Amino acid sequence: MPLIWLRVAVAFYGVGLVYSILLLSKRGNLLAKVVEPAVGLGLIFHFVSLVESFVLSGHFSLASIHNSESILAFLAMVVFFVFFVGYRTVSPGIVIFPIVFLLTLASAIGQKPVALTSPLLRSGWVFVHVVLIFTGYAGLFLSFGASLLYIVQERTLKSKHPARLSSWLPPLQTIDEICYNSLLFGFPFMTLGLAAGSVLAIDKYGPYFFYDPKILLSFLMWIVYMLLLYMRWSSGWRGRRAALLATVAFVVALGAWAANYFSRIHSFRS
Amino acid sequence: MNLIVIGVNHQTAPVEVREQFAIPEARLPEAVKCLASYPGVEEAMIVSTCNRVELVARTKNGQADIRDCMRNLYGVDPEPYRQHLYEYRDRDAIRHVFRVASSLDSMIVGEPQILGQVKEAYATARAVGAIDSQLDALLSRAFAVAKRVRNETSIATSAVSVASVAVELAQKIFGDLDGKAVYLVGAGKMCELAARHLVAHGAKKIYVGNRTMERAAAMAKKFKGEPIPFERLYDTVDLADIVISSTGAPHTIFRKEHGEKFLSKRRNRPMFFIDIAVPRDVDPEMNKLDGIFVYDIDDLQQVVTSHLGDRKLEADRAEAIVENEVEKFLARLQTLDVVPTIVSLQEHLETVRQAEIDRLRGRLGSLSPEQEMAVDALTKGIINKIMHTPITTLKTAARAPEATTVIDLVRKLFNLREVKETAVNEESAVSTEKTEVRN
Repeated sequence: MPLIWLRVAVAFYGVGLVYSILLLSKRGNLLAKVVEPAVGLGLIFHFVSLVESFVLSGHFSLASIHNSESILAFLAMVVFFVFFVGYRTVSPGIVIFPIVFLLTLASAIGQKPVALTSPLLRSGWVFVHVVLIFTGYAGLFLSFGASLLYIVQERTLKSKHPARLSSWLPPLQTIDEICYNSLLFGFPFMTLGLAAGSVLAIDKYGPYFFYDPKILLSFLMWIVYMLLLYMRWSSGWRGRRAALLATVAFVVALGAWAANYFSRIHSFRS
Repeated sequence: MNLIVIGVNHQTAPVEVREQFAIPEARLPEAVKCLASYPGVEEAMIVSTCNRVELVARTKNGQADIRDCMRNLYGVDPEPYRQHLYEYRDRDAIRHVFRVASSLDSMIVGEPQILGQVKEAYATARAVGAIDSQLDALLSRAFAVAKRVRNETSIATSAVSVASVAVELAQKIFGDLDGKAVYLVGAGKMCELAARHLVAHGAKKIYVGNRTMERAAAMAKKFKGEPIPFERLYDTVDLADIVISSTGAPHTIFRKEHGEKFLSKRRNRPMFFIDIAVPRDVDPEMNKLDGIFVYDIDDLQQVVTSHLGDRKLEADRAEAIVENEVEKFLARLQTLDVVPTIVSLQEHLETVRQAEIDRLRGRLGSLSPEQEMAVDALTKGIINKIMHTPITTLKTAARAPEATTVIDLVRKLFNLREVKETAVNEESAVSTEKTEVRN
């Protein structure tokens, strides 16, 4: 049953994906009016699916990699909506929607998921660690998306081309605020998440845990994240430079995510 | 009327070229005088705004070399700019003056500022004695046409001004303008207008920097803003998010290195420079800095033209009004012109003379050819002697403001019918126009 709800959610997120593709291919924003309720409904079905799977398993757990992807997509969407309510613009969705769609699709595809059997994953603490880190990721995604939009809008304004000026993009300052505030929003989650993970790992494996590629990449990401915030705070980095750094953070984050497959400690396949 | 208009405007010339021909307000009287006293030029005026420079002159016989005069005026040979200069004569010149005054030739069709600018140029030319009866008639008519266009079409009411475009762009950058600071560099009218728009959209703090502190203070007072001495300009501009610059400075005031300084002081928060000065105050290179957006008057035009589409129809109606007015003005010019009056006066006297000779022919008996010629010479001589003074007076009167009165008087005195008929026609034309308006 949770899988069915998840697939419904994927269908709704698909509207968001099409919206993004239409915008990127300059076909105009035909779906502007429906995209917002569509992804909203997607989010609701997604929530139902998650709750139901937890109820079925009896505890908060990450039964499979696909399950964790679903949670990441869900949190990214939640963070997106938090900012949507604040700024009334769906434009960062142009980056968020495809990410969310792909993550959800991956977890909804019917193939038998890789089961994670480690008993550790049953622990509520691990769940907290994952949710915190994922929320941090979501903030980073949004910031990354917004910083790309910032560059586009900056170019548009500098090109002085009147036709392009009447675009769908929100004002530069709004994009900038989304960019910064989503970073600010995500950072404490990321920090706490890493702290929680470290505490758990030290508890289980001792200080040895630190030499794992996953862990190293995660900390690298945290450093880049902090650097982004610091440059932004101290010298007001934005536009090209900020986007570049955000891209680095995003790539490191992808690396950290993918590192699950190389990591001994973090693979949870006993 | 040997009217000639030479000029550059925003359509024919980029801002770099217009800068070459712009005449600062302070130099305008001297320039008009120079043009008006050029050999062959009878009357002249110069309109110089940031979007156009128009040299209007009435010449003695259409031969005056205005381009040569421009060489003296600017110290620049206009030849390399040939492609940017336009030249209109007579009928086309009248139409052009009407279109300019009616704001049909403006960057922003229908914007109201141009009429005031033309009126000022007219007043300046009048003050230095460069304007006489004919340009006077042309300009008064042009102002009337502008009024008609404003009243009878809606181009003025829907005018998108530079100011509102500036606001629109500022909103693209800053979103809500609430609490944004605006810095006016120069205390000109355009500055004031743009600032007024920005304040209406929420801008809070206004700084005014001007070379003369009194003007800065006067302007600042209007917005409850803060006047700042010009020497402190570079230390204070970074306080503002939006900078509107419209000084008459011959060189750029803000260059790239200034921009870099502002940005570091502002921690890279964006700045928006609106440069409405010609020559430009802001180096276009500044636009290349991350976080600084520079729009000069031409850039604003691009945005404005994109708003123009729907106003095409109204503009067409306005053009029709101008065309109609040009016809009427030309017709009036003909009656104003003394030549037809003199010709018909001479014709009238000639018929009188012929009639008198025919009447008395019988009483004279047979005359030898020599005697015939003597009678002819005698009668013609009397008429020419008598008419010499009135005709000279008429010719001089044509150049004086009271021309119409004198011509009317002559027509009445001699009951010159042809001219009278034209006058009647014009009167009926006026009355039909009135009924049109009423409808």
